[in-house]
Order: sequence, then C-alpha cells, then structure tokens
Amino acid sequence: MAAEIATRPPHPFVEGWHYFKQNKGALAGLIVFVAFVLIAAFSPWLAPYSPDAQDRAAVLVPPFWQEGGSTAHLLGTDAVGRDLLSRIMHGGRWSLFIGLVVIVISMSGGILLGLCAAFARGFVDTLIMRVLDVLLAIPSLLLALVVVAILGPGLFNAMFAVALVYMPHYARLTRGSAMSELQKDYVTASRVAGASVWRLMFRTVLPNCAPPLIVQATLGFSTAVLDMAALGFLGMGAQPPTPEWGTMLADAREFILRAWWVVTFPGLAILISVLAVNLMGDGLRDVLDPKLKRS
Amino acid sequence: MSESVHAEVHIMKKLLLASAAMLAVAAGSGAVEAKTFVFCSEGSPEGFNPQFYTAGTTFDATSETIFNRLVEFNYGETTLGPGLAESWDISEDGKEYTFHLRQGVKWHTTKDFTPTREFNADDVVFTFMRQLDKNHPFHAVGGASYEYFDSMGLPELITKIEKIDDHTVKFTLKEPEAPFLANLGMDFASILSAEYADQMMQAGTPEKLDNNPVGTGPFQLVAYQKDAVIRYQANPDFWKGKAKIDNLIFAITPDASVRFQKLQAGECHLMTYPNPADLEGMKSDPNINLMQQEGLNIGYLGYNTEKKPFDDAKVRTALTMAIDKAAIIDAVYQGAGTVAKNPIPPTIWSYNEAVEDVPYDTEGAKKLLAEAGFADGFETDIWAMPVQRPYNPNARRMAEMIQSDWAKIGVRANIVSFEWGEYLKRTAAGEHQTLLMGWTGDNGDPDNFLHTLLGCDAVGSANRARWCYKPYDDIVVQAKRVTDQEERTRLYEEAQVIFKEQNPWATIAHSVVFKPMLKSVKGFKIDPFGGHQFYQVDIEE
Amino acid sequence: MLRFFLSRIAVLIPTFLGVTLVAFLFIRLLPGDPVEMMAGERGTSPERHAELMARFGFDRPWWEQYASFLGNVLQGDLGNSIVTKAPVLSEFLTLFPATLELSICAILFAILFGLPAGVLAASRRGTIFDHGVMAATLTGYSMPIFWWGLLLIILFSGILGWTPVSGRIDLLYFFEPVTGFMLIDSLLSDQDGAFMSAFSHLVLPTIVLGTIPLAVIARQTRSAMLEVLSEDYVRTARAKGLPTRRVVGLHAFRNALIPVVTTIGLQTGVLLAGAILTETIFSWPGVGKWLIDSIFRRDYPSVQGGLLLIASVVMIVNLLVDLTYGLIDPRIRHGR
Repeated sequence: MAAEIATRPPHPFVEGWHYFKQNKGALAGLIVFVAFVLIAAFSPWLAPYSPDAQDRAAVLVPPFWQEGGSTAHLLGTDAVGRDLLSRIMHGGRWSLFIGLVVIVISMSGGILLGLCAAFARGFVDTLIMRVLDVLLAIPSLLLALVVVAILGPGLFNAMFAVALVYMPHYARLTRGSAMSELQKDYVTASRVAGASVWRLMFRTVLPNCAPPLIVQATLGFSTAVLDMAALGFLGMGAQPPTPEWGTMLADAREFILRAWWVVTFPGLAILISVLAVNLMGDGLRDVLDPKLKRS
Repeated sequence: MSESVHAEVHIMKKLLLASAAMLAVAAGSGAVEAKTFVFCSEGSPEGFNPQFYTAGTTFDATSETIFNRLVEFNYGETTLGPGLAESWDISEDGKEYTFHLRQGVKWHTTKDFTPTREFNADDVVFTFMRQLDKNHPFHAVGGASYEYFDSMGLPELITKIEKIDDHTVKFTLKEPEAPFLANLGMDFASILSAEYADQMMQAGTPEKLDNNPVGTGPFQLVAYQKDAVIRYQANPDFWKGKAKIDNLIFAITPDASVRFQKLQAGECHLMTYPNPADLEGMKSDPNINLMQQEGLNIGYLGYNTEKKPFDDAKVRTALTMAIDKAAIIDAVYQGAGTVAKNPIPPTIWSYNEAVEDVPYDTEGAKKLLAEAGFADGFETDIWAMPVQRPYNPNARRMAEMIQSDWAKIGVRANIVSFEWGEYLKRTAAGEHQTLLMGWTGDNGDPDNFLHTLLGCDAVGSANRARWCYKPYDDIVVQAKRVTDQEERTRLYEEAQVIFKEQNPWATIAHSVVFKPMLKSVKGFKIDPFGGHQFYQVDIEE
Repeated sequence: MLRFFLSRIAVLIPTFLGVTLVAFLFIRLLPGDPVEMMAGERGTSPERHAELMARFGFDRPWWEQYASFLGNVLQGDLGNSIVTKAPVLSEFLTLFPATLELSICAILFAILFGLPAGVLAASRRGTIFDHGVMAATLTGYSMPIFWWGLLLIILFSGILGWTPVSGRIDLLYFFEPVTGFMLIDSLLSDQDGAFMSAFSHLVLPTIVLGTIPLAVIARQTRSAMLEVLSEDYVRTARAKGLPTRRVVGLHAFRNALIPVVTTIGLQTGVLLAGAILTETIFSWPGVGKWLIDSIFRRDYPSVQGGLLLIASVVMIVNLLVDLTYGLIDPRIRHGR
C-alpha cells in the first residue's frame, strides 16, 4: 500500500504528515505504538526472563512495590512462577502479529471480493453482497466463536476466524468506492486505451480507494486485537503457554481476589496498545478524510 | 482489600439482608420465620428426570432432593443402606435379587397431580421397565436416551423384573454381577410414580412426568428459572420426617469467584467447586467453615500402550519417574489434592496401602530410558483436556509442567488440545500418544475404576491407555463374579500391584473436595460421590 | 414509501435463507458430536454411538436434514435441544428477555451519557472539556470489556461492596415472571425493595455493556454536530443573532441525529456480541451464555436455532433503522 502512495508526487504525503503531526493525540499514539513494536521486537533481549521459565520457588509473587514483592520480578509472577513482565513483553509480539495477519487476510480477501463485485455487477455482485449480508447478520464475536469451534481452538484458527468475520467490512467499503470511481472519466479513459481488467482493478481503481481502506485497517487492527483477546479469554484463542494477553487473562481469572496483578497487567497492556492504535487511526482519518480536515 | 473494611462491609451487608428477609417474611405469609437455605450451585440442571442425564448438577437438583432409590448410600459414605426397599435377599447363585419395599411412603402432591395411593411395586417396575423395554409406552417419551442405565450395561444384564406382590419386586440377572446392588443406589435408578405417569399419558401430556417432577424425596420442586434459580420446599410428609429447613434455593452461579463473593456477602450458605486460588482466603475468613474430603476420583496421565515406545513398560516407568508430582499438587491443585499411587482413591475399600509409588528421580528415569534404548530421548505429544474437571482443575497447566519435567530427560513433548467432544472421541479411538484424563467414581465399587477404566472390554471407550494385559484382566473379571467381600478385596489388592508394575498410567493425584459454607450451617456432610444433600442440614443463627 | 419498504423486505428473504443454511451447515462442520459429549470420560462403543446418532436423525444426508429443518423453521418449530430435550424456541424465549433488558438498558445508558457528551464537546470544540470527552471515549472504545467487567467487580462488589456480584435480583424476592423484564416484573410484584434490588443488579452489567456504544455515540454525535455546525444555515442562524444554545439545540441537533440513529442501529450486533462476554462475567441468565454453552455441548438444534434467532433480531433491527432512516431522509428511499 505504502508503495503506491509513495510513487505518487510527494506532496500529499508530506502534507498528510504535517496534519498528522498537529494532532497531539495521534502523535502520542504513534510514539507509544512504536515503543510497543520495539519492545516486542527486542523482547528476547529486553525481557528479564524467558516467558515460559517456571520459577517454582516464586509463585504468585506480587509486584515489587507491594509487600512481599521483589525487584527480581518487577510486575510479580503468575501461578506457576513465570515472570509477568517478561510474559507481557513477549505477549506484545503475538498481539502485533495477530493484528497484522488478521488485517492482511481480511483486507486482501475483502478487497478482492469488493473489486469483483464492483466490476462484475449483475448476478455475481448480488451473490457476493448477499453472502456478505448473511455474515454481517450474525454478531461478529458469535460468528468468530462458531468458526473457531469448527476449526478447533488455537491461535491460527482464531486469527482466521476473526479475519473472516471482518472481511465483509472491507469488501463493502471497496465495492462502494470502486463503484463511484468506475463512473469517473479517468477509468473510462484507460478502459478505452485498452487496459486489461486486472490492470483496471489493481492499478487504476484500487489506489484511489485506498484512503478509507487505510483508515478501516487501523481501526481493524485494534478490533482484531480486542476480539482475539476476547476469544482467548473464552478459552478459544491462543492456547497456553503462549503468552497472548487475552489467554493470560483467562488463565488469571481465578486469582481475581487473591492476586490482582495477574489480572490487571495483561488487561492494561491490551488497553494501552489498542488505545495507541486508535489514536493513530484517528489522526490518520483526519488526514485522509478531506471532509473533516480543518473543519 | 483491608481486613477491617472488609469485615465492616460484611456486617453491613448481613444487617441489610436480615432486615430485607424480615420484610419479605412479614409481607408474605406472616407465619413463623421460615428457614431458607441457599445453595450456590455451578450450573443449571439438564432437566428434572435423573434417568435421562449424566451431569452432577442434574442429580443435585433431582435425585438428591426430589427422589429416592430402592437402596441408598448412607449419608456421607460409600456404603449402601436401605432406601425405598427396607431389605433384600440375594439368591445363592448371585442372579436373583428380591427387594422388600417400604410401606407408608407418600408421593408429592403438586398442581398437576394428587396421589391416590402410596408407593408400591408398580412404581418400581414402571421405573425400570421404562428404561429397559424398548416397547414400553414411556420408553420413547423425552428422547429415549437412558445414558447411565445403558452405559452401566444394565440392558444386557437384567433379564426379568417381576412384581411378586404389592411390596415385593424381584430382579433376575443373566449372570452374577457383584456391583449390581451399588448400581441401584445410583441417581438414574430414582423411582418415579407409575400413577402419575398413567394420568399424564391419559391427559396427553406424558412429558409432564419428566418436566414437573413428582417424587417421594425430602423436597418438592416449587419453581425453576433456567440459569438463575431453583426453588424447593420441604416435603412435610417425607417418610423419614420433614427436613430441618423449610425452603431450599439453588442460586445458579457458574463462576467460581462469583460464588465465593456471594458466600462472603452472606447471599448463600454453601457453595460448590471453589477456585483453588481462593482457598487461603476461605480458611482465614472467620465467617466461613471450609470442609474438605478426598474426592472419589483420580487424575492421571495415560500412555497409549499400543503405540511405540509406550508399549514398553520400562519407558512408561521412566516417564512416570520423571514427573514431579509434588510440584503439580502445589501449582495445579493449589494444595487441594494428594499424590496418587493407586488407580483408585483411598476412600474406596480394597485400596492397597502396601503398594509403593514410583519415586520422583530424574537421574533414575534417564538411566531407565537409556536401558530401553532411548538414551537421547524422543519426541512425543501430551494431550491436555480443554476443560476443568473435578479430578484436574487445570489440565493445560499440568501439561506444561510435565512437558518441562520430561525435557530434563530429553523427551521433547508437544502439548496438544482439542475441543472436549473431539478430545473424547479421538482419545477413545487411540489417536493420542499420552493424554491427561481422569475419572470420578459412580458407585464406590473398585470395579468401577479397575475394570471400567483398565479392563480389556473398555479398550475403545473408557480404557484410553488401551491397556489390555491378560494377567490383570483375569483378576478384575473374576472379582466381578464373586460376591464374597473378602475374596474381592484380595483380588483387587493384587490387581493394584500388577498395575504398578506395568504403569499404564502415571497416577498423578486425587483431588480434595472443598465445601465452603457459612459457620451457621450445621449437619452438612460431604457426599463422596460429589453430590449435595440437604435433608440433614440446618441453619443455626 | 411502500415500494421502499417492500424492496427492503425482499432483500431480507435471501439473507434469511442464507442464515438458515449457514447456521445449519456450521454446526454440522463442528468436530465432535453431542453423543460423545454426553458419554464423557466413559466413552461409547461405536455401535451404540451410531444407534444414538440415528435416533436424533443425524445419520441422514445433510440436505435431507436441512430440508426438514427449513420446513420446520417455516412452521415456527426450531426443534428440541438434545441436552435438555426442551423446545429450542421456548428455551430462547425464556432467556431472551434477560438479554433484551440488559441491551436496552445499556443502549439507554449510552445515549443518556453519549449524546449530551458529544453535543457539549462539539459546541465547546477545542476546550479542555472537548479533549477530556475525546480522550475518555477513545479509552472506552479501546476497552477490552471482559477485563473492564472484572475490574468493576473487584472495585464495586469486592472492595466497596456497593453492588451485588451477579444474577438479576436478590433471591429473597420471588415472583412469577410476567414480562420477563426484571425491572417491570419487580414493580408488578408489589414487593418492597424488589425494584431496587433488580436495579442494583443491573448497574454494573449495564455500564460494562454500554461502554463501547457510549464511546461510539459520543464521538459520532460530536463529529456530526461539527459537520452540521459548519454548514451555511447554521452559520446564518448564528449570524442572525440567535443564541448559540438555540442554534445547537434546535437546528444542528436535529440534523445531526440522522447519523446518530444509524450508529445506534449498527450497534445492535456489537451489543449482542458484547452481551456474550458480559453475560459470562456476570452470570447473567441470557441467550449469549446459553449459546456458548450449547456450542460447547454440540447441541446442534440449540446452536442452529439460536444463531438463526439472533441473526433475525439483528436483521429486524437493521430493517427498522433502515426504514426510519428512509422516513427521515427522502434521498435514501429514492436512491438506488
């Protein structure tokens, strides 16, 4: 996606950055997000322990500032003595990875379906849209749950399920913008010039549908992370000992009264990362949606 | 959460509750204060006829409260005593059981049914013929699945059920079967009213028999709201005398920590399945009495003995030796378990104290594994159940610990999990290499563990280690046929010795059952079968 | 208008059929089966397994099963649960009021706080208040609600002891359900304190379920208001010297309402999905929890019936929103 934008004159990109910078929230979001990415990427070196190392002498140790805690485990340990800080740092990798994979799958699937519908029109269009309607009529989490139940619980199956659930959103968005682009003169021009359907789809029309898709993708990233955490929480997502945040929460739930830290920190990690992405998404929308710009 | 604040909240809450209770009573009948007992249960019953179902929540809500059986387990024990049958005779050949029924037992009166007669032999014949005879008019009512009756093998075992007179019933078996009597004490053998059944059949609403239950038991159903609450009132005409409490309420609360919070708030008197993590808090709470007892269960890791290298007893012993069971008891059971050395729990008769457990010895395990030809270890799978069961509160955590124990002797294990139904199906078919599994006893007979789970007949169903070992199987089959208790005890003790030599399972733990209740609760006993009975229970303020 | 109405209904029919097919096929794709689940650790022999599957009719080819399922659905019969043996429709109907009550309260809560917050933020654009609202709503929007629920339970029920932990009403109160809505039933029952008890049980679940819709509504209201405020007629009204409050209140607010109504409609699916998590956390006896349990038990009829009913609810709400939208804005009903 970035390549297409970069090949266009630098002007809009620079202008975009200019507006993005002015939005302090978006900038803060970006900084936090980059920090998360860095921590996640370098977690094997940054984290004090391996996420799976069980210190059976230090089970459910509270965070260092509480009585009984120690600086050996800054955020305390869980029920089998694994260092919480290390697990959360490693968990960041999974969450980023999940967000990315889900977006790539659902966006590419959605774009393909949307473009097909817009170009084919008629029966194919109706068929695709009706199928999407069916998927949209079932609440997202419920649909994801059923799909995971079919495929069996696990990280990859859950990612596929969440991606499938969000595919219709991208498809509808793509179809809508592609339809209106198809009316425009430049498309007719290149059609007359003899461009193939594929070229028309991906070279001519798609880049012009990109802005709303990019906004949707950033928002999709946060919903993907949230839904995956919810699936993990219901025991249908990543499986232990994977330090995925939602799964950690599910595992920690029985300690809600006894060890608040095992419940609090993974949830906080989810909240902060999702918040950061949403802040960025907000800034991006302001930049890319001309209607709201400077209003 | 500071102690004093907590205590204060607690007292405030109790005061509020007490005044609300008084208001409610004043607004209601105006009679003397009725004793209401609230039980925080973990789930809804599947329905109200215990013959159809298998879940403990169903039995608590039906057979333990509403119904009775011919023979019943003594309160808080695994031994049998008289129920609706006052006495019984067993013929010399062990094939004929004659029951002499109790007289003067009254059926509940409900809005659908007013009994015209007392309990008699017709009710017994009806109850069992409905489950046994495929042509019985009631057999197909309600879906026609009698899960327990069928899976205990009774359709093949019982050849005849006869009414001798109004108060005598005779069962004839195809072959002698020592555990038969214990089977009749199980929940599915609860006696239903034949008269009620006839009336409902004539009225064209046969399903009411199962949905609006009529029994002979200490409590009578008043109302049920799915996933929320079940209400009972004491049966004033109960044949053992009216219960000490007047109303019994099941507050259905699926989440364990929520149940604990409700108990702390005084919103219920007794709760089931506490989180192991909350036990410390319960012990230190001055208002809570925490009862405990070893459960009638076993949690184990089974080896698929048909697959290499687990067909070799040496490999099985080595792997068993590498597992640090004590650490598992701490981390998985949070102390709410005891290390298991035999496949049956110590509460069952014939438990062999003399058997010595495989020691925890990493070096020894390495040596043994090298002798078996696996000096460098090997790669394998550990299948872990996706669900929490009474015998294993957290199978995945257990699998992670065994994985790290085995890594020390060079065995690289991957943890595999499937959805529960799929897990059961695939492990019954023997797709696994090693698996975590367990069992909760049905009737307190050693046969229910040693033959049901490890006999050759059960390969392909409950024998998930697929362990068919002739010397062992001969003994447990023989123990079914003799009725002499001493002889049976001797046989079962021997079977446990053979089991330990062969190690088809690594026996991990017997979980300890905890029942937290308010201090005001008197007379409660833990049912070794995992059920809950409230007939003897009283509240003292 | 009638044509618009009919065309919307016509679109719904294939969607409905599609949902029946999806609900039916999905459940049959699930690994494991109800017979296996019922047998548990004991397991069943293959012969007995086959016999039981045949008894439930699961051995027939799938299209035969689908045809009879569809036929029954059109007659209003969704079959019986395998686990409880009770009709699926009646199980759904006893539990649905709880979900509905919770969802309605949550959306009311979201509107009650979200709408004014959005309007005020827009009219005070750039102030600390505006930034505060934006920050708070974005946090709310980013909240993993299952975690949020746990935190609220720890704080309000655990530490402060203000609200009950779970359930719909204190067990001391007992009355037959009339409407299924505990708030109404408790009033009808005439028992002292019953209404307050039902109300206090609703507070935390409402907040948890209402958080995300609240954030969305506040943000949508704000941006819709900003858009409208910048339009000519509002500027004219302002220039005419009308006080800001009147401009905001009368002109802008009414026009900003349209996208807000749509948003509320779009939140139905989100609400029902959120209800699954909320009901799980608060032991709320609604359809979300029931459906999850049914999936775990492989209770085919309950899952297919439940999916179908929930999807129907979503479709009906969307239809209603569409129709209201068409009523408000003539451009839509004459459009494509």
